[in-house]
Amino acid sequence: MQIPYEVQARPDTGLYNAKLGIWLFLASEVMLFGGLFSAYIFLRMGADPGYWPHGLLNVPVGTFNTAVLIASSVTVVLSWASLKMRKLQQYKLWMGITIACGVVFLGVKLLYEWPQKFHHFGAFIKPAALEKYEPYLGNQHLKEKKLAPRVEISGHLHEVIIDASKADKAKFDAFLKEHHLTAEPDHHDHALTLVKGKHLTPGVAEKLPMIPSATDARVSGVKIVAFEVGLDPANADPTNPENERPHFKFKPPTETLARVEAADIESASAFAPKHSPYFAVYFTITGLHGLHVLAGVIVMLYLWLPIKGGTLLYKKNPEHLANRVETVGLFWHFVDLVWIFVFPIFYLL
Amino acid sequence: MAATTTTHEHDAHGHAHDDHHHEQHWIWKYVFSTDHKTIGIQYGLTGLVFLFFGFCLMLVMRWQLANPDTVVPIIGQIMGDLVAWLNQEPRSLEALAKTGSFDSWFWLRAVTDIFPGGKLSADGYNSFGAMHGTIMVFFGIVPIAFASFGNFVVPLQIGAPDMTFPRINMASYWCFFISCIFMVVSFFVPGGAAKSGWTSYPPLSEISDLGQGIYPNGFEPFIHHFFNGQTLWVTGMIFNITASLLGSVNFIATIIQLRAPGMTWMRLPFFVWAQFVTAFLLLLAFPPLEAAGAMMFMDRVFDTSFFMPTGLIVGQQVTQWSGGGSPILWQHLFWFLAHPEVYVLILPGIGMVAEIIACGTRKPLYGYKAMVGAIFVLGFLSFIVWAHHMYMTGMGAKVAAFFQTTTIIISIPSVILLTALLLSLWGGSIRFTTPMLFATAFLPMFGIGGLTGIPLAFNAVDLYLHDTYYIIAHFHYVVAPGTIFAIFAGVYHWYPKATGRMLSEFLGKVHFWGSLIFINGLFAPMFFQGMAGMHRRWYDGGATYEQLSNKVVWGKTGIEWNEFISTSAFLLCAAQLPFIWNFFWSMKFGKKVPNDNPWDATTVEWDTPTPPGHGNFVKEIKVYRGPYEYSIPGAERDFTPQTELPSDKNKAPSAPKH
Repeated sequence: MQIPYEVQARPDTGLYNAKLGIWLFLASEVMLFGGLFSAYIFLRMGADPGYWPHGLLNVPVGTFNTAVLIASSVTVVLSWASLKMRKLQQYKLWMGITIACGVVFLGVKLLYEWPQKFHHFGAFIKPAALEKYEPYLGNQHLKEKKLAPRVEISGHLHEVIIDASKADKAKFDAFLKEHHLTAEPDHHDHALTLVKGKHLTPGVAEKLPMIPSATDARVSGVKIVAFEVGLDPANADPTNPENERPHFKFKPPTETLARVEAADIESASAFAPKHSPYFAVYFTITGLHGLHVLAGVIVMLYLWLPIKGGTLLYKKNPEHLANRVETVGLFWHFVDLVWIFVFPIFYLL
Repeated sequence: MAATTTTHEHDAHGHAHDDHHHEQHWIWKYVFSTDHKTIGIQYGLTGLVFLFFGFCLMLVMRWQLANPDTVVPIIGQIMGDLVAWLNQEPRSLEALAKTGSFDSWFWLRAVTDIFPGGKLSADGYNSFGAMHGTIMVFFGIVPIAFASFGNFVVPLQIGAPDMTFPRINMASYWCFFISCIFMVVSFFVPGGAAKSGWTSYPPLSEISDLGQGIYPNGFEPFIHHFFNGQTLWVTGMIFNITASLLGSVNFIATIIQLRAPGMTWMRLPFFVWAQFVTAFLLLLAFPPLEAAGAMMFMDRVFDTSFFMPTGLIVGQQVTQWSGGGSPILWQHLFWFLAHPEVYVLILPGIGMVAEIIACGTRKPLYGYKAMVGAIFVLGFLSFIVWAHHMYMTGMGAKVAAFFQTTTIIISIPSVILLTALLLSLWGGSIRFTTPMLFATAFLPMFGIGGLTGIPLAFNAVDLYLHDTYYIIAHFHYVVAPGTIFAIFAGVYHWYPKATGRMLSEFLGKVHFWGSLIFINGLFAPMFFQGMAGMHRRWYDGGATYEQLSNKVVWGKTGIEWNEFISTSAFLLCAAQLPFIWNFFWSMKFGKKVPNDNPWDATTVEWDTPTPPGHGNFVKEIKVYRGPYEYSIPGAERDFTPQTELPSDKNKAPSAPKH
């Protein structure tokens, strides 16, 4: 049994089946990302002043990825055009470049941009304690200039000060060993313990309270008292006009240290999805977009390799292969188009 | 005559046609099949099983409402014994804690929360209510009305050999199957299945089943976050949505691309139009819920705050979430799907009823073109009425006015459809076969459901009736004696094509009259219960609410009406037994179809052998006329199939002789 119009277009609609199918699929994709983008708008509109970060992401890296993706949209068209002109070698070249672009994009995202965020630390200060941290926040200065307040202290997590007096000693030591950390009495209060180490990430710090108490295994034995943070430039020098506006240059954390008491913190975590609605929607949208890039790369790889559905199809029916490339090309353009929206709303606005 | 060709002859044709086609292993033929008919039957059987399961959940709830705080008969007794057995010495949690051994009965522990002592607990009631709604809508009716009938009938009706993308079609079913597994498994996790309503409104749906930030040490956070009712619910929904997206792409592409020669747009049977619009609704309305589902999944598994407001206090403690999210966002995304979903539920039903009414009255549909226009207007408008489910969120008067207006406008195309179907009966020589009985009963039942919705469109009235039994009655009239009756009509109508055997007419009529009487006994009293103020989520049926237990409506108090309703529900269940028997018994022992077209219908699906083989048709299909050419004056027969050659005198010719 042969399904009609698999390769040749139906005369009255002018479409072969897969082309119509992919357009319908893309229509649903528009609604999917539309739902997420409207969530972005909803959350951003509803954010209290100071709670929606600006200029956090690395714009040069984002620009590079944008360029890579746009370039790949051009090369995928060239690969399709090569097939239409029945030039297989050219097709392989252009398709290979397209796949490489997709891989580079994913690599930058997964090996550089995301991990960097998971190692960055941010703590939202309770409204009542904002005054106390004024030297790091500079809200007086911002108020005079009629700018949104700063409510978060962020940077690199150096040390965590904990109360481990009730902890199960053996489990505590095992935890330190497992995560390559060291513990010493705190400089300010010797009853407290200071935990530090090269591998101390916000994620590891979050696990500290899960160490059980010596007396009851069902109760937490560790209480976080304070975080010692190597401040981001905006917190280290809050009144510097250069830090008022989102800056498009990426600046690493400074050497300035600040001690943030846990009691003064509304919520604190790595720049992970749970950190704030901003990162929640950032990771969800870029994650879903990344999955689309991955799917596109896999399909294009399938069409590129010398297998039955790939370039071997060229000998049997070159038009069929060209149709397949056109279909995945349409999808690839859509993925590119989504990024054209993602880039400004997260990196620039 | 072509119409009297026996199935055997066609079987012979079928083999001749498919001689290049090698005999497949049964697993590819019946399980991982790419044939649209097999997939349609798979969807249909899975859907019917879930429909019955969802109905049984409701029966337990109805027992609880009529007899609060008593042991549920049979089920409750078994569950009560199970709870007692689980709490016995070697298996009880205390004993396990002492020995420190692994709880190998953890997958049954939910029963101790749901049926303590054999009585349905409040949590259990909520869980059953949430799962009843979810299962009936997403696992019962949509799979049957849209996916099953659509898969089986649409390619046959347009003269196509299969769907455009058979493998995507198979992927759709198996994606749906995975979602079914998630839903079934969720009954066996600690705490039981989801219990935040089928709408899963946050923040309740975000905090339920999560233990609210208490992490017992040694309890894996992954298990804690993932293996609980609500997270499995949202994961299952993501798979369910993916399945229906794959299906709807396929349906639209098939209808556009694979119409047989001569099957122009205005010659499409109305059922195909209904499926076409429904597929668009699913295609465009479901993705926002998928986005919302992804966000709820993030909230529950990765502790984000998409739907968690700042500073939410639960159990006198501020919650651990960072906050800054919005519960209303979920409601918007949910209802952006769930209002079109209402039309996804009803449009295939209207389509089926239209087919059966045309065939059963032996005359063309009244106002076919107006109906096609109306269904498109309906489909479009269904995207801009969603916030009428959200009047209680405190939206502004201007926004409410907009949604009140669109909601009232959408009743116009609905009334056009219903009126056209009603007028189609006028002057017909009606054959009251079982499918026709169900189809005619659909009209007043859907009418009641639709008309009682009009008051709810108005903000002022809705504020009073919101979340009362009035709402329950309203949408159940649309979906239960509406769509489910249409589904029954469709099953009786197309069963002969799918199996080659007729369902018993006698059992069908018993099924019909029992269903019609008891379904009204079930839902009609809910209207005045609701107007008397009974809330839909009272798990004791209002027994603890004095104003309801004392208030007499039509000679009975609210509680007494509960007893009446529940009795009707159990009798309705009994009325389904003839159907279940009929369905399975007739597969093997039913009367064989007299010919390929037992109902003397005009549409193309009756031009296939019975049951149709792989590739469907044994002859070249060409369509020459509209879908409902019944009782043409002067014609030899009272029906003229769409594939019949036109005569020179513009009159139906006699059937070609062999």
